[in-house]
Amino acid sequence: MYLCARMSAQNTNSNVETAKELGLLEEEYHKIVEILEREPNFDELSIFAVMWSEHCSYKNSITLLKTLPKEGPLMLAEAGEENAGLVDIGDGLACCFKIESHNHPSAIEPYQGAATGVGGINRDIFSMGARPIAQLNSLRFGNLATERTKWLVKGVVKGIGDYGNAFGIPTVGGEVYFDDCYETNILVNAMSVGIAEVGKTASAVADGPGNPVYIFGSTTGKDGIHGAAFASKDMSEDSVDDLPSVQVGDPFWEKLILEASLELLETGAVVGMQDMGAAGITCSTSEMAAKSGTGMAIHLDKAPQREKNMKSWEILLSESQERMLVILHKGREKEAEKIFEKWDLTYEQIGEVTDTERVQFFMNNKIVADIPAESLVLGGGAPIYQREWTDPTYLAKNRAFDLNSVQDITSADIKSVAEKITALPNIASKKWVYRQYDSMVGTVNQSTNKKSDAAIVKVKGTKKSLALTVDCNSRYVFAEPIIGAQIAVAEAARNIVCSGGIPAAVTNCLNFGNPYDKEVYYQFKHAVEGMGIACKYFNTPVTGGNVSFYNQHSDGTSVYPTPTIGMIGLLEDSENQMTLDFKNEGDVIYVLGKEVDDLNSSQYLAKLKKVEHSSSPYFDIDEEGKLHNTIVSLIENNKINHCHDISEGGTFISLLESAMTSGIGFEANSNESIRLDAGLFGEAQGRAIVSVSADAEADLLTALGDLPYRKLGTVKGNNVVVNGQSLGSVADFKFIYDNALGKALEA
Amino acid sequence: MKCGVVIFPGSNCDQDLIEVLGRITGDAVQEIWHKETDLKGCTHIFLPGGFSYGDYLRSGAIAKLSPVMDAVSKHANDGGFVMGICNGFQVLCEAGLLPGALLHNTSRQFICDNVFIKPNNTSNALCASLSPNKALQIPIAHGEGNYYADAETMDRIQKNEQIVFQYCDESGNVTDASNPNGSLMNIAGICNESKNVFGMMPHPERASADYLFNNDGVAIFESLFEMAK
Repeated sequence: MYLCARMSAQNTNSNVETAKELGLLEEEYHKIVEILEREPNFDELSIFAVMWSEHCSYKNSITLLKTLPKEGPLMLAEAGEENAGLVDIGDGLACCFKIESHNHPSAIEPYQGAATGVGGINRDIFSMGARPIAQLNSLRFGNLATERTKWLVKGVVKGIGDYGNAFGIPTVGGEVYFDDCYETNILVNAMSVGIAEVGKTASAVADGPGNPVYIFGSTTGKDGIHGAAFASKDMSEDSVDDLPSVQVGDPFWEKLILEASLELLETGAVVGMQDMGAAGITCSTSEMAAKSGTGMAIHLDKAPQREKNMKSWEILLSESQERMLVILHKGREKEAEKIFEKWDLTYEQIGEVTDTERVQFFMNNKIVADIPAESLVLGGGAPIYQREWTDPTYLAKNRAFDLNSVQDITSADIKSVAEKITALPNIASKKWVYRQYDSMVGTVNQSTNKKSDAAIVKVKGTKKSLALTVDCNSRYVFAEPIIGAQIAVAEAARNIVCSGGIPAAVTNCLNFGNPYDKEVYYQFKHAVEGMGIACKYFNTPVTGGNVSFYNQHSDGTSVYPTPTIGMIGLLEDSENQMTLDFKNEGDVIYVLGKEVDDLNSSQYLAKLKKVEHSSSPYFDIDEEGKLHNTIVSLIENNKINHCHDISEGGTFISLLESAMTSGIGFEANSNESIRLDAGLFGEAQGRAIVSVSADAEADLLTALGDLPYRKLGTVKGNNVVVNGQSLGSVADFKFIYDNALGKALEA
Repeated sequence: MKCGVVIFPGSNCDQDLIEVLGRITGDAVQEIWHKETDLKGCTHIFLPGGFSYGDYLRSGAIAKLSPVMDAVSKHANDGGFVMGICNGFQVLCEAGLLPGALLHNTSRQFICDNVFIKPNNTSNALCASLSPNKALQIPIAHGEGNYYADAETMDRIQKNEQIVFQYCDESGNVTDASNPNGSLMNIAGICNESKNVFGMMPHPERASADYLFNNDGVAIFESLFEMAK
């Protein structure tokens, strides 16, 4: 078969140039020629460029990702096998979940970038036959004082809200951080969690030559062309020229294709289904064919188009949102079409499964591209690289930090420092953000009226609940990647444990700079290693996720290494939910875990003392594990009245949050054997605060065994009292805490 | 008595409402797809929350043109019970079955929050068995919930006791601070003149389960079904 496209006539040199413009390396071009046994045409080159882009092929990360633990007794699908992870939660149900980044689009068009991020991750969930029940997100922005950051925050939040609210799945949790390193490259990571019946999930397969291939949902337009390639390069001032690479979202269509997809799967007429995300028709057809060892013949001109005169490569690469590809059992087309029509969806049969093991694309019956499916995909012919790394020079500065170089505070300073910490954007309430998200649609969110460290979501029809959290303190990862990544996992697990759940599995979103930068690759390698250590330790296999490289400005400055952890946990009985608010005046407060003289990478040290370089906070994985096991047992045996972990802002902020949520004050004493600032605001890991009724105190202490603990004080009155000194009323602190972020954004 | 919930494309609170109505009445609840032209013998028609047709125009402006709306209007005009919650309220205003309109929140932001409401009077089915001064905690989630009507309409709905719920504080005081969206007179819900068509922005179906730790919404549905007996 000979191709008639314009490139085959050209010489190799100009083809190599075109390949480079499309983001391919010269060596990759030669590999393509080898695979095809001829020069590729422009359409084929575009297909390879997008399929072999970092975004689709994981070429610079897959070797390391494979070292992550992915097996566990509850796993129904291993990482990489399906669009999202699948965990058995009993009662014949599976939890399907995944986190994904939409960083690059959001940095130049925050509203659509964030909105389509939400859309994409939800399609990954329902294309597997699971109904999404909860969403979370993890956001990183630069300095809140700049107008651009304010614009980005407002746009991203509105984008997530408008899309998620209309789609009708509650946003139940998330995190928002502000650090200068995210000034150019913001991070927008969206997570979705769904429930499916075991045995009724769908696969992204294309079995059975002769079976029809349908596209349904929205029409195909010119938006998002080369989006995957765009996500695979550094950001610069010219990035705004890539605006056409940003897709436009329509949550109404998403809602319709959700309902239609689930209804369609119910009929049994479906062989396989996949959503169209990055690289659109190209990616979905080649991945499905490669997975089944089949081929596909696709007539591009048949895809319903939004614009006139679209070229074949534009249809191939379009990342128009809200589209699905489905393979039906031959003869059952009518059943499917009836459902598409019920939901007023655009649909068309665009081709069929073949036995050629090639994806063959036609335009008006003329073949425009003909490629072995296997050669395009991860695990097949897509290139795999081992990148080099070198110890980052900054690490020496971090490790050299001397605590004694920072003067401790005195008791006269406590009030003003406490108020400043409470008002820090990284610590203050994110209510300005989450109030714009519908957190209650679906009537599953148990955290609306009872707050816990993780979001607690009811699994309807069962006694169970899920505990959901996203966590990553990237400052810790920057400080010492291998430790910081362990802390991210440990903190996620701690949040679940403190809420009454048992950690079950992890999805990750690895946001890093340019992988060709050796220092960045050091961060990546060590963060993955740390994550692997902690995921093994806490028995939380990694079910999948996504890698986002090139979060780096063209001037070379990179974001903090940010391996965001999305973790799910299980509460066998919803009534086991533990909450973080103080319960009764007179209850006695204890801190569990070791208190150490440590200020490393704390918000206090970074933001108040302006120390940029210090190591990661104190962390001992065995001590952390012991703390978790103890808390699980305390909650199971009803030994405590509240539980809240110690994280950003230290012991003081943990106490304050429990006070503000309950409206009851406390009297607490800091640890005299360590520095005052470290005792109150240090962020040493492996600690949580609990309270207990006075008459059950002895019982609690027995249950703690040899876990380190210290009596902190008492739940009491309306004031925040530290070392005998009242710092003000709970209401005063709550005013600061609730309004700081809104004030900064509206300033 | 038979409850029916109309489902528009883009409705997303329909299943929440069906579940709660089923639990409270003990009977199966009829789903009514928007392309239907009859109400399948339902006596109590509910229009759920969501974003009908995406609400890209004014909220509810397209849904009022759905085939089912002729039957809903006829049912309402014949004195049958119709209740719209959130987007359902917006649809009923757009359809002219309820007076006034729902504008953008004054903050210009979507707001999802736990708020308090109380009955303005007890002369209607939703509030007949509620205590007049007790604040109920019922969540809101909307971008366009700012109730507005011209002066003459406001005058009329007050005289006829058509204001059903008002936003208030935890103790039941109707204050500016407790008004989340700028609604005139803190209006959270109204009814028509003959008190058979109701609309409210807050979601009682989101406050009707033990596992959500809020059952305040149940009282509203119970009041309604008590009257229907």
